[in-house]
Formats: sequence, C-alpha cells, structure tokens
Amino acid sequence: MLSSTLLTCWRFRPRRKARSTRSSWTQRRGSPPTADAIFLGMLAVTVGGAIMALEAKEIVYGAIGLAGSLFGVATLFFLLDAPYVAVFQIAVYIGAVAVLILFTVMLVRQEKWAKELPTGSLARVAGIATGLAIAVAIALAAAATGLFNSTTTNPADFVRIGELISTSYAPVLEVLALVLAASIVAALTLSKVEREENA
Amino acid sequence: MNSLADFVLVSAILFGIGVYGLVTKRNALRLLFAVELMINAANLNFVAFGQYLPLAQAAGPSAVGQTFVLFSIALAAAEAAVILAIVVVAYRLHQDVDVSELNSMKG
Repeated sequence: MLSSTLLTCWRFRPRRKARSTRSSWTQRRGSPPTADAIFLGMLAVTVGGAIMALEAKEIVYGAIGLAGSLFGVATLFFLLDAPYVAVFQIAVYIGAVAVLILFTVMLVRQEKWAKELPTGSLARVAGIATGLAIAVAIALAAAATGLFNSTTTNPADFVRIGELISTSYAPVLEVLALVLAASIVAALTLSKVEREENA
Repeated sequence: MNSLADFVLVSAILFGIGVYGLVTKRNALRLLFAVELMINAANLNFVAFGQYLPLAQAAGPSAVGQTFVLFSIALAAAEAAVILAIVVVAYRLHQDVDVSELNSMKG
C-alpha cells in the first residue's frame, strides 16, 4: 500500500516539475502572472503568520499572527474561485474568533499568559520532526491522487451553495445551529458560575 | 492558474505547523492557535479538492466542498468560544494556563 503510494508519487514527480505554472499561464492568457505573485505573497503571509502565532514571545502578538494567517487562507480561497467562503472566513474567523481571542488575552492579561516557559530543545526537535513527517505524509498522499497536477478549475457559483444548504444539508444546518446555541450557553454558564464563586 | 498541488502543499505546511504547536506548546492558548491552524489546513484542502474535482456528472459544478467548509468554519467558531471560556475558568481556578499543571477535573 505504502510502496505503491510512493511509486505513484515518484511517477508523478517529473511531470510536475516539467510543467511550469508560469508557462501555462502565459500560454493561455498572454498576461503577466500576477496570480502567481499574489499566491507566493499570501503563502508567505499564511506560513509566516502561523509561525508567529506559535513562536511569538508575547501571546498578544501570537494572536495577531494567527489573524494574519487566517487572512492569508482567506486570500487563498479567493484564488481558488471561492469568494463566498473567503468572505465568510474573514467575517467569522478574523471578525469573531481572532477578536474574541484578542479580547480574552488582553482582558485577563497576566505575567504567565504573556511570557511563556521556554520549550526544551528536545521537545522542539521532536515537534519539528513530527510536524515535518506529517506534512510530508499528507503531501505524498495527495500526490498519489490523480487530481494532483490538475490545473482546470471547476468553479461553483454560490447559488449552488445556497441550494445545497437549504435542501440536501438542511438537517446539518439545523444541528449546527443547535450546536452553536449550546456552545454559547455553555460559555455563558462557565463564566457565570465562576462569578458567583468570586462574589 | 495555480495547480491543485500548490494549495495542497500550503495546506500540508499549515497542518505540519499545527502539529508542531500541539506537540511542543504547553500554554492552553497556544494549543488553541495550533488547533485553529490545523482546521484551516483542512478547510483549504476541502475547497481546493472541491474546485479541482473533474466534472463527473452532468449535474453541473458541485459546491459540496465549499458547503462543508462553511459548516466547518461555524463549528470552529463554536469550539473557540468554548475553549476560551474553559481557559478563563481554568486560569481563575489554578492561576495558570499551563496544560501540564491542569490535572484535576474538580472545580
């Protein structure tokens, strides 16, 4: 199983190197590859923000780095012809989740939150090795699919998304609404009990 | 246009960074950041594979990948709210957010 996967990757690899994204763009459109520049820039923002989120000394800067990384992912959604998901990502993740985290960190700001204990070098090496291994495994597994080198997109309009949400996935939407309500009630209950104990 | 490989590689890098954070960090908020990064990597994969899926049926383009990502984003928001509430309560009880110190379930 694994060897066949590796073999498939090996077979796909030279073809991917031979076909350059830039040349296919210029062949088809004849315009400068601005999309490539945007992609590379947003790749840097996404990965850099992710590293900053985990490695920044102050956790407030980590939260800001997380917001930057989420914004980079939203831009990648735009590049994938999925503007609806991209705007949803910005509204919910950056507008709600990142701001929620920032407010929590800044409201309950303490020494122990701001400064983190240094990670041991052994733990760091183990973490980097594990992360690298899993990333490479995912990339290899994806390379084994026939879709990996595909450049033909299949953009779906958001009328179709609305149809799907309101017909096939309507029960999922309702369960999701219940889960959201339950989580909000749970969060409120947690903080309320604590306040009574303090009083 | 970019190929599917580009987006899958970005997603794999993000997921790897998230795993690194989960393994090394002990601050509860950093763990939340790592989990959010991994969720985003999964969402990126959903949209990318959904967009590059060949047209198998004559039914037209499928938006299933994007629909799942909408559900996933809403779930992640709920999860972040609950985790933040738990972190705040744990801090008030233990004066610490180091997950290796939080070893009792008693309030």
